[in-house]
Amino acid sequence: MQNRKHKNKAVILRQLRENIIERFFQVNGLFAVIVLVGIFSLLLIEGLPALQSLGLKEFFLNRIWDPTSFERESYGLLSMIVSTLMVTLGAMVIAVPLGILCAAYIADIAKPRVREIIKPVIEILAGIPSVVIGFMGIIVVGPMLAKIFGTSNGLNAMNGSILLAVMSLPTIISISEDAILAVPQEFKNASLALGATRWQTLVRVTIPAAMSGIIASVMLGMGRAIGETMTVLMATGNAPAMPGGFFDSVRTMTATIAIELGETVQGGIHYKSLFVIGFVLFLMTFVVNLVSDVVLQKYQKVSR
Amino acid sequence: MKKLIAVLFLVTVITGTVVAQDFMQIKGSDTLINLVQRLAEVYMEENPNIAIAVTGGGSGVGIASLIADRVQIANASREMKDKEKDAAKENGVIPYEIVVGIDGLSVVVNAANGVESLTVDQIGRIFRGEISNWKDVGGSDMPISLYGRQANSGTYAFFQEFVLLKKDYSQKMKRMNGNAQIIEGVLADKAAIGYVGIGYVYDDNHEVREGLTVLKVAKEAGATPVTPLVAENVKSGSYPIARALYQYVNGKPTGAVKDFITFELGPKGQKIVEEMSFYPVSGPYLEQNKKAGF
Amino acid sequence: MKRKWRDMEQALGFTVLRLSAVIIIVILAFILYDVFSKGAGVINWEFLSDKPRKGMTEGGIWPAIVGTFWVSLVTVIVSVPIGMFTAIYLNEYAKQGRLIRIIRLAIRNLSGVPSIVYGLFGFALFTLMLNLGLSVISSGLTLGLLTLPWTITASEEALKTVPRSYREGALALGATKWQTIRTNVLPYAVPGMLTGTILGLARAAGETAPILFTGVAFFWPVLPKFPQMLSQQFMALPYHLFIMSTQHHEIVKVRPLAYGTALVLIFLIVLMNSVAVVIRYRFRKKYKRV
Repeated sequence: MQNRKHKNKAVILRQLRENIIERFFQVNGLFAVIVLVGIFSLLLIEGLPALQSLGLKEFFLNRIWDPTSFERESYGLLSMIVSTLMVTLGAMVIAVPLGILCAAYIADIAKPRVREIIKPVIEILAGIPSVVIGFMGIIVVGPMLAKIFGTSNGLNAMNGSILLAVMSLPTIISISEDAILAVPQEFKNASLALGATRWQTLVRVTIPAAMSGIIASVMLGMGRAIGETMTVLMATGNAPAMPGGFFDSVRTMTATIAIELGETVQGGIHYKSLFVIGFVLFLMTFVVNLVSDVVLQKYQKVSR
Repeated sequence: MKKLIAVLFLVTVITGTVVAQDFMQIKGSDTLINLVQRLAEVYMEENPNIAIAVTGGGSGVGIASLIADRVQIANASREMKDKEKDAAKENGVIPYEIVVGIDGLSVVVNAANGVESLTVDQIGRIFRGEISNWKDVGGSDMPISLYGRQANSGTYAFFQEFVLLKKDYSQKMKRMNGNAQIIEGVLADKAAIGYVGIGYVYDDNHEVREGLTVLKVAKEAGATPVTPLVAENVKSGSYPIARALYQYVNGKPTGAVKDFITFELGPKGQKIVEEMSFYPVSGPYLEQNKKAGF
Repeated sequence: MKRKWRDMEQALGFTVLRLSAVIIIVILAFILYDVFSKGAGVINWEFLSDKPRKGMTEGGIWPAIVGTFWVSLVTVIVSVPIGMFTAIYLNEYAKQGRLIRIIRLAIRNLSGVPSIVYGLFGFALFTLMLNLGLSVISSGLTLGLLTLPWTITASEEALKTVPRSYREGALALGATKWQTIRTNVLPYAVPGMLTGTILGLARAAGETAPILFTGVAFFWPVLPKFPQMLSQQFMALPYHLFIMSTQHHEIVKVRPLAYGTALVLIFLIVLMNSVAVVIRYRFRKKYKRV
């Protein structure tokens, strides 16, 4: 009797301990949510007063960003949003075809030995710090662009696009590759059995079947390009005017924060308006991620 | 292991709030940063027990940090704005101003350009974007490519106030990260015009960099254009866009801060100022420094 | 005739694919070659072990190496335990459901938040609100949050590679869940987690935007003793490269030093990546034998 009671107590204790341990891990699991919500709320709390006192119209309809002007302090985000989108679009024009082709090569036709070489290449490329890429933009890409296009300098949107393309390639390649590899072999076999060549199979069967994964990879690559700071800060010239083309110098949202955050009087309207930029940036990447998420989910269901 | 981490954290949190006093933080202007870095370097060689951290970011950054009382010295290539003085007062910070050197803010163009002098008014209109082609100021027919600093720069603010007369810069001006990057841009760009601290126009041998023209500047149309390359022009004030280089401290300096500033204003420090191609403190500025106890 | 056309089409298509892979390799090769050929010349013992001298036109980058090391260390201490615990929760405890979906969504979105936004967050929270100032600890905490999604993902991948049978065996013998995890799951997953950790560390070491406002200094050559230095500013390799290429007063003259800094930075990152790959490789080999 005594013994049994003892055992019961041990069991309960054990159960309790297990519960505590599980709770502990759960709390850690929630940490990611807390951080995300924390970032969101902090940006909102810091940015909201600026939004309230200046109004949405000032931020989203004014083309001029010039918070230190003597004449009229302007807080228009429009041209930097356009700049960010433009540089990102340019990067995607380069990186999407290149990335998908390369992914198809690795997943479908490369021999294992070639794959062993090119996989680390992509991993290392992903690991090259953004300052190094920006450094290349100043020293190599800029002068090269100026020479090729006969412009007086190469610190422009195109420079930024090329660099961001390089930075988003690894993301696009590795996720697209996974998607292409995930296409069931039966699909391919069926196509080949019907007499299609490997190329036709790849283009008409495999890639369409992997399309949602590829789209997701492009979205993620785009998210990376939108959020990249140092490369564009170093290589695009940072002129805040509304860009007229890829040969114009541009200043993106990320670069604006990097340039001005330290300068502002903390708690002032300029300081707070930088959090508005951060908030818009956060929302943009959030939407991009969400879309890629939804697409991926769909694709997982299909491939199952 | 976990305990160790916990202890480590506790230690850091505690040390994080109690700042050790054997080191000094200096922050601010990118025009001054290379100068002050050099000053700090030499000073630390002579006083190994004092550690100085030098950080850039721009005059605004430095002053904002001083207002928040997070640095001992703020570098600024412009005077503190009234707004900033008010903010300092609110935080209980009493800024004292020291002039460590004088700078003939230089307007530079590519040597291939041919234009050699401009009036202050012309320069202002160029940077406001009102004049956008070199042919309008006596050069060849090409669109002007503007190089300037970012808004956190004291050079940017000073130039805006005294050359642009508080009007806005052209939104097309490229905002470079530092003075040296402006020089590099101008050297590579035939259509360029830019403004930099005088210290940046020289190469190692104290000669104006090859491929660069430092413009002579006239106060107004008809006046004689004056070059900032001659020390006398800048000191006497006949060069129209000369300015002082400031340091701000909280309260009348004492201890290590006072010692460091004394060193900066002393013969050794002023020699470094000259070595970095700025001009030593002279005239009324000497009087001004006395107010802060030097 | 038709057959021939089809073969040609395929040959052409495959050539395009190969070409795209070649372009990627050329890009990397070019970056590495450029940095190596122009940076190798300045690498010597003095460059690695000395502080910057003569207005940063001479001397070395030792303080920047040390600064990067300390910040990365704080990053790991912040991010790895939380990352591992989260992964354990997600992979071992959690049942499919709403909470898990939310957590996963949060992790994926965190990994997409721009680094400058982390910088903004770290500056407002750690530097200002918590009054940690400009310091190694502020920067390390910021980078810790930044790397969190990576460590979680990497740890989870590692946990997933442990076969289900390992867990079932232990549970069948009457072990509790935690005992099972401790004895039958973690030992096999730790090398994989380590790999992820090192990869995260490598990426943290190269980040600039998050430390820009939370503690990095232009010039801070002193190497203070351990606990105090956590509350002080620091120099860091990526930021040093940034100032050497954009803000120094002699950017053309110090370009070799900038290249040298870039070389050291890339070398450290490639080294960490290789270590991670080796660990992963050996781990896999060991697995096959089990």
